[in-house]
Amino acid sequence: MTINVRVWRQDGPEDRGRFENHVVTDANPHMSFLELLDVMNEQLIGEGKEPIEFDHDCREGICGSCGVVINGTAHGPKQRTASCQLHMRDYSDGDTIVVEPWRASALPVIKDLVVDRTAFDRIMGAGGYVSVATGGAPDANALPVPKEDVDAAFDYATCIGCGACVAACPNSSASLFTGAKIAHLSLLPQGEAERTRRVVAMVDQMAEEGFGDCSNHAECEAVCPKGISISAIARMRREYVKAMVVGDS
Amino acid sequence: MEGSKLKHFATSPIGRKVFTGVTGLGLTLFALAHMAGNLLYFSSDPNAYNKYGHKLAELGILLYIIEIGLVAFFVYHIFLGISIYLGKRKARPQNYEKYASAGKPSRQTLASRSMIITGLILFAFLILHILSFKYGPSVSDGYVVTVDGEEIRDLKRLMDEKFSTPLYAFGYPAVMILLAVHLRHGIWSAFQSLGATNPRLSPIIYTAGGIVAILLAIGFLVLPLSIYFSGGAA
Repeated sequence: MTINVRVWRQDGPEDRGRFENHVVTDANPHMSFLELLDVMNEQLIGEGKEPIEFDHDCREGICGSCGVVINGTAHGPKQRTASCQLHMRDYSDGDTIVVEPWRASALPVIKDLVVDRTAFDRIMGAGGYVSVATGGAPDANALPVPKEDVDAAFDYATCIGCGACVAACPNSSASLFTGAKIAHLSLLPQGEAERTRRVVAMVDQMAEEGFGDCSNHAECEAVCPKGISISAIARMRREYVKAMVVGDS
Repeated sequence: MEGSKLKHFATSPIGRKVFTGVTGLGLTLFALAHMAGNLLYFSSDPNAYNKYGHKLAELGILLYIIEIGLVAFFVYHIFLGISIYLGKRKARPQNYEKYASAGKPSRQTLASRSMIITGLILFAFLILHILSFKYGPSVSDGYVVTVDGEEIRDLKRLMDEKFSTPLYAFGYPAVMILLAVHLRHGIWSAFQSLGATNPRLSPIIYTAGGIVAILLAIGFLVLPLSIYFSGGAA
């Protein structure tokens, strides 16, 4: 099958960037989206041109590093699916796929489709952890946690930090990413000690990084490869208000 | 909360949304009260509406306090809305060539994307509306009716006159439809901004918000339309 690819090219962070149109004539319906890019890159190398840079790691739909905007939707048209698990069988012969990097000033393009996600690392560094001396592994169930809380905490903990929430948000807000970590730790006894300090520090860092404000479009939940609910954002807000009104930070 | 902490909260991404939500819900409650008051026009007592207007005017200093509060809510709500809009422009200097919503569970709609536009139109309307009615012709201009031996402002006559003109009779309902569009996203969004949602509650609040938005708009727009089509004698 033939697939037309309209892809963003940008030589570096300072480059203005442009779109390039390429045609892959020998695409196979079983190819993943990343394999399509691989074939396209072999073509480009054969023509003596520079291949397109894109991020990828596991290619198993787990890590999320492959995230790009495909035909206007972060990670492409399939919900709860990372870009690498999109296959050409979802397209028809002759279709055009528009591929763009995440667009947010807080996640700047390094090259072509690769963006710098270290803003997320700095938000995590501000409080997305628990400071405990771990020691040896404790007995299972030595620390009782209600099942409902564990389940909810686990749902929030599934965030892989891919950045699709920011990319899809009309405001480029990182509220779902930040909220997921805050919500996760707020539900567990291990997170209790630093609960107040954590939410204030992480929200402040999120603002510092230049992400936009959340306008509750909930687009983030729809594109999240892990399907994390915006209830994480509601919980982050409750935590923040509580920390500011009664907290000691 | 001491001053520096209040400032920290109010300028944070969470605080901005909380205050947008609180002021928005406050203004929605005001709109509901205003709409209920308007419906007195249809009362069997022909002077019910004028009596209601007179009662409000008689509140004196209390009315001023309420008005100052309303102005403060409007100004802060608009300030936050504009600042969120400007922040979003800064956060994404370059737009996507192609952008498409991923669909449900996204709540992204024309309403949610046009809050800044519908909001600014509503604000412009509000100014014209206050100039037309609150600061429109009054007792000294001969808009007087005697009720229980007391001469009070004949607001009903002013409404009959204004809404007999097509500009007011159709312009007002058009803006009220925009109000419904604004509140379609606004009401549910305010609850989410206050953190008052969870996966079970959200769909209920979203649906209820839409119903309130539509009922509010209908409650407002029946008045100008019925005056226009009954020739001002309703």
